[in-house]
Amino acid sequence: MIVMSWFTQTLTSSIGKKLIMALTGLFLISFLVIHAAINAMIFYNDGGETFSHWGHFMGTNPIIRTLEIGLVLGFLFHIYDGLMLTKTNRAARPVSYASRNANANSTWYSRSMGLLGTIILIFLVIHTSHFWIPNRTNQFATGEELDLYNMMLTTFQNPWVVLIYVAGCFSLFWHLLHGFKSAFQTLGLYHVKYNGLIAFLGTAFSIVVPLLFALMPIAMYLGWVK
Amino acid sequence: MSEGNMRLTLKVWRQSNSNTEGGFENYQLEGISPDMSFLEMFDVLNEQLVEAKQEPVAFDHDCREGICGMCSMHINGQPHGPLQGVTTCQLHMRSFKDGDTIVVEPWRAGSFPVIKDLVVARDAFDRIMAAGGFVSVNTGNAQDANNLPIPKEAADDAFAAAACIGCGACVAACKNASAMLFVSAKISQLALLPQGQAERKIRAEKMVAQMDSEGFGACTNTGACSAECPKGITFDNIARMNREYLGAKLSSTNV
Repeated sequence: MIVMSWFTQTLTSSIGKKLIMALTGLFLISFLVIHAAINAMIFYNDGGETFSHWGHFMGTNPIIRTLEIGLVLGFLFHIYDGLMLTKTNRAARPVSYASRNANANSTWYSRSMGLLGTIILIFLVIHTSHFWIPNRTNQFATGEELDLYNMMLTTFQNPWVVLIYVAGCFSLFWHLLHGFKSAFQTLGLYHVKYNGLIAFLGTAFSIVVPLLFALMPIAMYLGWVK
Repeated sequence: MSEGNMRLTLKVWRQSNSNTEGGFENYQLEGISPDMSFLEMFDVLNEQLVEAKQEPVAFDHDCREGICGMCSMHINGQPHGPLQGVTTCQLHMRSFKDGDTIVVEPWRAGSFPVIKDLVVARDAFDRIMAAGGFVSVNTGNAQDANNLPIPKEAADDAFAAAACIGCGACVAACKNASAMLFVSAKISQLALLPQGQAERKIRAEKMVAQMDSEGFGACTNTGACSAECPKGITFDNIARMNREYLGAKLSSTNV
């Protein structure tokens, strides 16, 4: 218990909560790399052959399936910790300003991580109910995987769905644009030799990954990918 | 003080004490010189109020040359007003236009309760300092500073962090009313010097713990604190504090 006391004390401190936010955030960023890379296989435009090959690997490989539990936990910790931080941060200013010129000192998206995160969460509920939940449910019930590629082709015929996905990607873009750099700052990784690289990688990642994701429903809706 | 010709409308927060609800009062001012500092403009307002047998506006001020950290005021939505790198006493009326309406509020933070009008209690900062923002010298006299060889770069970095005047603009600017820029500057100024090494870990642990128990928010890394800091305390201090704190928590003997 003595060990736990300093440990839990650290993780429940303001900096500890930020540490959890940064570590889970970077973990989720690593997931985005894999997710974007495998889904980008649809751009081979080979009727989903390459995509389904890798989709099958991701859906059945025991190591990946174990990591998937970690991924769900990563999301839950990131969301829960974000809610806790928002609660204490709001309580720290019980009376707000009548006049506030916040744009003079910070970007709107850095101040809106909670809002952007909430939009991403709403998107995630819609997104997982399209593909991940039905697929895993079916695997659990019958042991068979669903044909995700054709499910994508069908789902993305609805322009409203495409719009929701693109909106989700925009929220992800701004969330990452601040979150990527912010995670390194929280970890204390601020160094004259690496700041430029982190800033460049953060911006590039925030643009490339959401753009790649957004192009998937658009390409299927417009018939570029069949 | 030269006679000027600016006409201004001031919308000032008035509150009798921390237990009462406050509200905005409007005041018309004439003959304000653009060369006056913002505080001198408030002196003119208070002279008017005293002549009219009204309660003058309470506001904090002391040195009026930008080094004491007493003057506060959230002016038109920004701590210390629209300029960067200045305190309110260094802000002059030439930064405003004739006919402007200026909104003046106290710092807003649960940890900085309003004492009266524009004056807030900033003793939460004092308690954070008392928790560990010092070097213990338990016996004898302080030795001559030059006895300890310190490289110029380290001295410069420590001095840049020590430039913090504890005004609280960082808390006022932060969307979370976080005190991390202040605390990180105070942790840094000692962590960077040999004199601060012996108590380095316990200092980071205790100061952060006190900061949290005072009810300040956490850091979202928006950088608003640093942008509004009159002394240009840089954002990397917060990264250093995070390293100091997490490192101390992992390796100190304080269980």
